[in-house]
Amino acid sequence: MSLVGARVIRKEDPNLITGRGQFVDDVQLAGTAHMAFVRSIEAHATIKSIDSTAALECDGVIGVWTAQDLNLAALPGVPGLQRPPLAMGKVRFVGEAVAVVVAEDRYVAADAAELVFVDYEPLPVVTNINDALQPEASLLFEEVGSNTVFEMPTPDDFQSVFDDAPHTSSVHIVNNRCAPAPMETHACLADHGPSGLTLWASFQAPHHLRNTVSGWLGIAQDQCRVITPDVGGGFGAKVNWTPDLFVAPILSKLLGRPVKYTQTRSECMTQMYHGRAQEQDVDIAYDADGQILALRVLVYQDCGGYPDPTGMGLPALTTTMAAGCYVIPNVSVAWKNIVTNTTPVAAYRGAGRPEASYLIERAIDLIAYDLEIDPLVVRRKNFIPPESFPYATHSEIAVYDSGNFAGALDELLNIMDNDAIRAEQQENLADPAKPLLGVGFASWLEIAGFGPPGSLEGFGHLGSWESVQIRIQPDGSAIVYTGASPHGQGTVTTFAQIAADYLGIDFDKISVRHGDTATIPQGIGTLGSRSVAVGGEGVKTASVRIADRAKRIAAHLLEANPDDIEVANGNFSVKGTPAQNVSWGEVAWASFRPLEIPEDMEPGSLDNTVLQQVPNFSFPSGAYACVVEIDKETGDTRVRDMYLVDDCGTVISPMLAEGQVHGGVAQGIAQALYEEVRYDENGQPTTATFMDYLIPAAPELPNFTSGRTNTPTPNNTLGAKGIGESGSVGAPPAVINAVVDGLHHLGVTHVDMPANPQKIWRILQGGVT
Amino acid sequence: MIPAKFDYKPASSAEEAILLLQEYGDEAKVIAGGHSLLPLMKLRLANPEVIIDIGEIQDLSFIEERDDHIAVGALTRHRLVEHSDLLRENVPLLAHAASHVGDPQVRNRGTIGGSLCHGDPASDLPAVVLATRATLIIRSQTGEREVAADDFFTDFWETAVNPAELLMEIRFPKVGDQPWAFQKFSRRAQDWAIVGCAVQHGSNPGIGMINMGSIPVRSSVAEEALRSGNAVIDVASVADEGLSPPSDIHAEVDYRRHLARVLLGRALS
Repeated sequence: MSLVGARVIRKEDPNLITGRGQFVDDVQLAGTAHMAFVRSIEAHATIKSIDSTAALECDGVIGVWTAQDLNLAALPGVPGLQRPPLAMGKVRFVGEAVAVVVAEDRYVAADAAELVFVDYEPLPVVTNINDALQPEASLLFEEVGSNTVFEMPTPDDFQSVFDDAPHTSSVHIVNNRCAPAPMETHACLADHGPSGLTLWASFQAPHHLRNTVSGWLGIAQDQCRVITPDVGGGFGAKVNWTPDLFVAPILSKLLGRPVKYTQTRSECMTQMYHGRAQEQDVDIAYDADGQILALRVLVYQDCGGYPDPTGMGLPALTTTMAAGCYVIPNVSVAWKNIVTNTTPVAAYRGAGRPEASYLIERAIDLIAYDLEIDPLVVRRKNFIPPESFPYATHSEIAVYDSGNFAGALDELLNIMDNDAIRAEQQENLADPAKPLLGVGFASWLEIAGFGPPGSLEGFGHLGSWESVQIRIQPDGSAIVYTGASPHGQGTVTTFAQIAADYLGIDFDKISVRHGDTATIPQGIGTLGSRSVAVGGEGVKTASVRIADRAKRIAAHLLEANPDDIEVANGNFSVKGTPAQNVSWGEVAWASFRPLEIPEDMEPGSLDNTVLQQVPNFSFPSGAYACVVEIDKETGDTRVRDMYLVDDCGTVISPMLAEGQVHGGVAQGIAQALYEEVRYDENGQPTTATFMDYLIPAAPELPNFTSGRTNTPTPNNTLGAKGIGESGSVGAPPAVINAVVDGLHHLGVTHVDMPANPQKIWRILQGGVT
Repeated sequence: MIPAKFDYKPASSAEEAILLLQEYGDEAKVIAGGHSLLPLMKLRLANPEVIIDIGEIQDLSFIEERDDHIAVGALTRHRLVEHSDLLRENVPLLAHAASHVGDPQVRNRGTIGGSLCHGDPASDLPAVVLATRATLIIRSQTGEREVAADDFFTDFWETAVNPAELLMEIRFPKVGDQPWAFQKFSRRAQDWAIVGCAVQHGSNPGIGMINMGSIPVRSSVAEEALRSGNAVIDVASVADEGLSPPSDIHAEVDYRRHLARVLLGRALS
């Protein structure tokens, strides 16, 4: 029986659900001191002075340091706009680290941090894109001369196409700023002794951290070990450089003792890089039948107080994927990266692609409204046909590998009763006691499987491959080591499934280890829905190589031809004579005994390392539908049903794939209806607690009805595309299209996220948008 | 999310708690279930120097029938209130409203007295004591005094309980078969209400409003309209009259006023 595709129980769960997981804060080293940051209470100010006297007098305080005291280099980042680990003369957002306190325990550190007096000279604040772009706007980086720190103009705006087009529509879209808010906040523990640095961190890419921190500290990589133990979620926010990761090793070395930092939830809401935070001007031209003629997108990316390289790259991904599933002959894209006095922005589940699917799927519905035709007709008219792959887009980055967009939409309509919902919608419209119903669709597509050469190097990574090493143990069990660094994905399970199939070793005799640069050869990390599509392929590659060698040993032991050996159920046997067999354990044992293996083999050969490459990105796609109920009196908007058809190619673990979709869709619904990071006019965060930042929980979410189509990717032999971000890409446009559909009888064609009840009530009161 | 330093003083009886309150005065805060105070301390919005823990005083947790009312001890957990047959029969509005407080973890730890003494206009239970016209019993070293619900909530997060006093019990008049209703509008199941209302019918009907002022308030205008026998639509239309609801990131003033009218209409229908 094949383990790939089997509904297995996660190997990770027994530890986690019995409280035996080990997260960074669980690691206890003797003599550990505790670090706390003094954080800016101003959004934009010059620092006149810092007085640590009172803090230093606290019992248990070991020291207080400012940027001047430590003379630190800036964090790796955008040249000229790098973020200092501790503020240098000026603060640019509320919560920016200004000084650091180390104390004997965490409570003393927190108390002492409050006693450090910072004298600020406030500067005018810009909290949003519009304010930042005003001619008289206060500048975050005077030396740049503008709050637009980078601009990518369009080579051609296709104005003549728009001028000649029979129809055009335009919309200004706000893609709301979100906080990743993983269950585990940032945490790190640095032990920098005479023999080097060991750094435990809650992070998604341990080798990337090792490479960067060692370089920044000026120590050799062999003396820098990074361990990412159990990590409680990341959503892309744990691959960015934050001050704690660099300051803790410095202070550990200075003090000669381990230094630990565990971020509080309040800090997490203002420190952990935010996501989305885009505005877009979207124009679309089409003919009377809804055939798209041209798309023009200008993206304004709010980068927050310091432009992060990933944050600045988000519009590149958005504009790359802006045409979605559709044949669009003329696509014009441009973007601006803008700094504001807010928390810096970087990757968050989907990272640039949810912003793309949202804009194109909203634009498709605008065409349908303008022409008064069914939005599904517009989609079908413009879909890239299934026989057109590989499909070159307007972007050099994206050559779509595969897809069947019409097929996914067909399957979606199989698992839902659209006609019945439409009939109910009409009934409810007429009945004052019933809620308004809205139905929204999204045919979405994203770019995933970040793996082709060059795809991650631009973001500072060593490569775009992923590492896998498989070592057969003398008893015939196997350990898979990988540079993929799961933080909730279930990679320990999926990689064991793949290895079980291609090694022929029992699933229960395969362990997967990750998250330690001392034991994993090299690695990139878990981001961009790449683990299975790149690392998983690596597991197969190494497994096949090892299985071939094991067959040669088995043939030698059985005195048979290697070509006649087959492996199944933990046994090697000679084809046609199953009685003539030898177990995996016997083969493994023999592999370490020079006298029992073929003369041309070395002992210990059942060990293989691969840095797996793939030729292209993968492009997961799907079709989602959302049904919302809108309370006619209060504007309260709830998702009643979600219908989800995903096409991620080959599914390794059905339960984990469903879980990824459910979680991603929950985050998508959250963005569409609930979550929004907000600031007041002074740049003070107003949503920095879970009371005000509304993360929905199970009671707010519907049951999900799932379907699936399978269009394998040609980029890896597994055919797997990646599914980690799909839900967050597909759900927001489906939900908002449903909300707009429910309000369209009032003339509504667009509602910005989050569609909260007050906003909807104002529309119901007559404020058409 | 790390509270400032504080001293911790457990009290084993109401008398001991009152003595401790006398000793520490304004510096002290009483803690019971901790579900209002601890979040404030973790955010450092409250920095009491002394915490007096009354959570283990067993004889302040009770639900008793006494003549024309049901007495509920201040330390009674929301969960016991929610599931009390005595309350379901005699003060069903209270039992029902208790089921809307927070989530199961909060209801297992939080207490009715703690919720009321916090005096949060966004909390559910203050609206219930207003609607039912309950009486609150407050003890000091010199003895006990009775305070009507209308006199209990004095300012934002302030109540009639003085620094050296302890809320002992709440007496809810039995309402018999009189109808009642509770409406709560919130974004998420465990959230505080954006707006809510608690309605207790009877010879002197009560309408307590949630999150419609800087303190827990009743809608006197709507109560008068109800007493005068006005139609539901007319009573509901004055739900917010005379009230000054707050404005925040979840709801501005005009939306809160509208919600008050809608919710009262639903409560009366």
